[in-house]
Amino acid sequence: MDFCACLEIIRNVERTAESQAECAAVLWGKSLSLKKACAIAGVAESRLGVVPDSTVLTLQAEAFAAALADAGLEKSDVDGVLVSGAWGRLPQLQICEYLGIQPKYADSTSVGGASFEFHLGHAAAAIQARLCKVAVILYGSTQRSKQDKYIFQIRNDLGYQYEAPYGLPTPVGAYALAASRHFAEYGTTSEQLADLAVSTRAWAGLNPKAYRRDPLTRDEVLDSGMIASPLHRLDCCLFTDGGGAVVVVSPDVAKTLDKPPVWLLGQGESLSHAQISEMPDLTVTPASESGKRAFEMAGVSHDQIDVTEIYDSFTITVLLTLESLGFCKPGEGGAFLANGRTGPGGEFPLNTNGGGLSYCHPGQYGIFLIIEAVRQLRGECDARQVADAVLALISGTGGVLSSNSTCILGLE
Amino acid sequence: MAEETQAIDPDGDPYWQGAAEGELRYRKCGACDASIFYPRSICPKCGATDPDWAVSKGEGSVYACSTVHRAPPAFADNAPYTVLLVDLDEGFRMMGGLVGTEAIAVGDRVTVTFQDGPNGRPAPYFTPA
Ligand SMILES: [Zn+2]
Repeated sequence: MDFCACLEIIRNVERTAESQAECAAVLWGKSLSLKKACAIAGVAESRLGVVPDSTVLTLQAEAFAAALADAGLEKSDVDGVLVSGAWGRLPQLQICEYLGIQPKYADSTSVGGASFEFHLGHAAAAIQARLCKVAVILYGSTQRSKQDKYIFQIRNDLGYQYEAPYGLPTPVGAYALAASRHFAEYGTTSEQLADLAVSTRAWAGLNPKAYRRDPLTRDEVLDSGMIASPLHRLDCCLFTDGGGAVVVVSPDVAKTLDKPPVWLLGQGESLSHAQISEMPDLTVTPASESGKRAFEMAGVSHDQIDVTEIYDSFTITVLLTLESLGFCKPGEGGAFLANGRTGPGGEFPLNTNGGGLSYCHPGQYGIFLIIEAVRQLRGECDARQVADAVLALISGTGGVLSSNSTCILGLE
Repeated sequence: MAEETQAIDPDGDPYWQGAAEGELRYRKCGACDASIFYPRSICPKCGATDPDWAVSKGEGSVYACSTVHRAPPAFADNAPYTVLLVDLDEGFRMMGGLVGTEAIAVGDRVTVTFQDGPNGRPAPYFTPA
């Protein structure tokens, strides 16, 4: 019996104990592939930017309703809910109550901005195990309007007590340390990082929903003021409100819907550390592990990827992630990003919505990577559409280069 | 009168006690010989419990550094100041503050010194060697 036959048996609810045992023998030592275990059927944002007449609940409700409509599904179809949020007391319970959903499968993996890429993999596994059929991933934040600065507070407990005396602003200071190391080790420059900010802004100029759309120059980035060397203000993401929702469905549900399903072809995840002094190598992120797993599962190679959405909390985040994923060699990230290569018309379309740098960044940005990748594959992106995109890669980074989940999406 | 209770942190207390006595303490695994920082009750390399305490010579190299211009509110009066990650010669890495405003670069040698941190408790800082 081969791997695929095993999969068929495992997917069959009426499997017998014998067939299961036989499969276990064949599959021993291998994890089940999530390839095409689920499809994304609907995506939506809430209002973005500065949304004073909102709460974290109303923004998520907005995105939830719009994503279900995009999928052509009803609230009553939803039987799984995956959320991450740094608000309220028990966010997952609060949002399910507000929406009136009693999910039979729930996951609140919360590993920073990458949480939603983790959720996508977890939803796929749950759907494959027949624990649910229609799972919704949700996020909302009013950090801008409510001036919620909790992320800038310095913690002084547990492992953080050994960093607290030194006044490193979090998260930017941690990313600045990583940049300093990459600069010293490989000769990477602020100009190269600035070029990414410029390219990303050019994409934002093509996205009516982006928060900052005016063209940007390299000098404007370099002159924007130092926050924590070597990172300038315009190396840093925005600080906005916003929410998003992603509807993930089983293959049988996907076949009944009007819009073409966007399949999850591969996913991998990895946790590395919580605080920056514990990161083993500041130039290699957990994307090196998650990316390997995602590519292997999808069975595709780097040069087949048409459009790439990489978490850009800071410009350096993107550079390190590209290297860790293997799009270029260690130390070559600076040259890879320079001179508009990742901008509109460039050979490597990256962060095509304008990214966390210029489109929106409401604290945990990862859900918007999924939303943009799905829209690109569906051909819904108008002026910023990457022609004939059939394969997209998403890579979410959370914490201080702490967590990463990489997902590869594709059309039929 | 209610009895006063003081929070006890078996990981941190001996470390801060060491700083008050001018010692940079870390832990050393008896099973696999790993140098462990920050101090903790289990070896993150091999899983052995209750590693030994050891004292570092306090000499090392700058692994990464950043000068902070936009400081958190409690540190704003001190900006700009430089935060380091230091690789100590005993084989562990820790965060530290640079004393003074002298230019420092990745790879530079530094030596530990102790001065009062923002909470008034002595903490390890570094000076160029
Ligand atoms: Zn050990």
